Amino acid sequence: MTRRPLARYALRTASLAAFLGLWQVLTSLDVDVWLRFSQFPTVTDVAHAFTGRLSGSDYWTDLYDSLTRILTGFALAAVLGVATGVLVARSRLAEDLLGPVLEVIRPIPAIALVPVAILLFPSNEQGIVFITCTAAFFPVLVSTRHAVRALTPMWEEAVRTMGGGRMRILGSVVLPGALPGIFGGLSVGIGVSWICVISAEMISGQYGVGYRTWQDYTVVNYPGVFVGMVTIGVLGWVTSTAVELLGRRLTRWLPRTSYIPGGRTHVPRPVAAPVRADGDSEHQAQPEQQGQKDTEEARDEHLV
Amino acid sequence: MSTSSETAAVPTAAAPSATARGTRLSFRAAVLGRPDAPVLHDVDLDVSPGEILTVVGPSGCGKSTLLRTLAGLLAPLGGSVEVDGAPLRRPSADRTLVFQEDALLPWRTLRGNVELPLAISGVPRSARRARAESWLARVGVSAQAGQLPHRVSGGQRQRAQLARALADSPRAVLMDEPFGALDAQTRSGMQDLLVEVLGGTGATVVFVTHDVDEALFLGDRVALLGSGRVAAVRDVPGPRDRGAVDAPARAALRRDILTSLGS
Repeated sequence: MTRRPLARYALRTASLAAFLGLWQVLTSLDVDVWLRFSQFPTVTDVAHAFTGRLSGSDYWTDLYDSLTRILTGFALAAVLGVATGVLVARSRLAEDLLGPVLEVIRPIPAIALVPVAILLFPSNEQGIVFITCTAAFFPVLVSTRHAVRALTPMWEEAVRTMGGGRMRILGSVVLPGALPGIFGGLSVGIGVSWICVISAEMISGQYGVGYRTWQDYTVVNYPGVFVGMVTIGVLGWVTSTAVELLGRRLTRWLPRTSYIPGGRTHVPRPVAAPVRADGDSEHQAQPEQQGQKDTEEARDEHLV
Repeated sequence: MSTSSETAAVPTAAAPSATARGTRLSFRAAVLGRPDAPVLHDVDLDVSPGEILTVVGPSGCGKSTLLRTLAGLLAPLGGSVEVDGAPLRRPSADRTLVFQEDALLPWRTLRGNVELPLAISGVPRSARRARAESWLARVGVSAQAGQLPHRVSGGQRQRAQLARALADSPRAVLMDEPFGALDAQTRSGMQDLLVEVLGGTGATVVFVTHDVDEALFLGDRVALLGSGRVAAVRDVPGPRDRGAVDAPARAALRRDILTSLGS
């Protein structure tokens, strides 16, 4: 087995603990060496504020609102981004019709669309979802487009010579083949979605983690601000891990390189059996495949 | 087509009926290639039902173009290309294409790949699996049926590709250097396997290769391509027998072909 998962978790926990410890030391000692920690809330201040919040109902309402907004926006972006990406990559007409518009809108930061959202949508809620969706849409679109264009042409030709039509090619070749790339876009997308949902809530929200964080700032409740930040960090980490795990699950078929970072593993390299294809070496190949399987499964246990 | 193959759902009854069911493929003064780059001119060629025509020629001579036109992936630029007397218009499950490599869908297991043409032609799910398994058994990769393509050897992948091409009982099989990436020993095993699994299917085969010995072993006839044309079509004398490669008539033909390829 690779480095024992337990040891890796311990290392990761220790890293977080060290970060918090440093924070606590700097703030409780009121260190003021150019960087000024004297006004900075300590870890214990934040923890107190946190437990206080957790017992109130507002915190959970905020959490629920932010999650609803981001999940709605992100789901819309995923569907629209994949659909548009496939369309633009597969149809020259769609590329000519949509391409220029998309390329002009793409560089505009989603948060700069707040005025547009206010003009377009009757409610704040819809505006925030719109901004979140726009933010995630472009990374998904761009990576889908690239992934679809990079598909091995033979896959499609093979399916065509089996009598497969457009829908069959879409379902059996284009979407599964582009999935690794699509998930690259989704991972980036969920990250920018958080940035935008929080910013939009700060500007125009009612409830939501971003709104609450900004409220706390305006009333100079710094521990409250940090509670908001920690919440955002944890939520972002959980959602992007979920996207990551789903992606890994759906793209299990990807051949993985047998590269293992040097010096960090206790695995003896799998025995390199000759990769010959004639009759009797098929049996020789078995142990090798077994070895590959073990290391690949070990790698599947990536800690996230 | 699917009715006759329905009986093949039982693994033991996998051998397709041995009726002459291959297609006739004909080129009439055809010009082939991409619109911006024609590579073959004046192609007049008939492939009889059930025949194995091998095609040899230097690289870039248009072997693949010929095949892709027959598959319906490329339209002829001039003249006509016909299947059983009707103009060839689009790809069809009746004419499957076997590629040199990497044409299996990497996210499907070998079985899943072989099931794909059956799914496309509407074979019910339950029958699909049994037929795929029986074909994988015939080409000798049943043990790897549940493996993904990148987990098996190149030879095993080509076996699976052959099973996929034949699973839906096509009337013509078009093969584009299918054994070109294999080592010599694997290759001759695959040639024997091909002859064995084709036996009784009655399918017409067009087999492109750069290997003259392979062309002589597999072909009923050999077409030579060169300088943008079909330079010659020769009957291969004698039975399909590896030993017969040394027979005088074969040896003479082999010398002829090598000479004209060299020039």
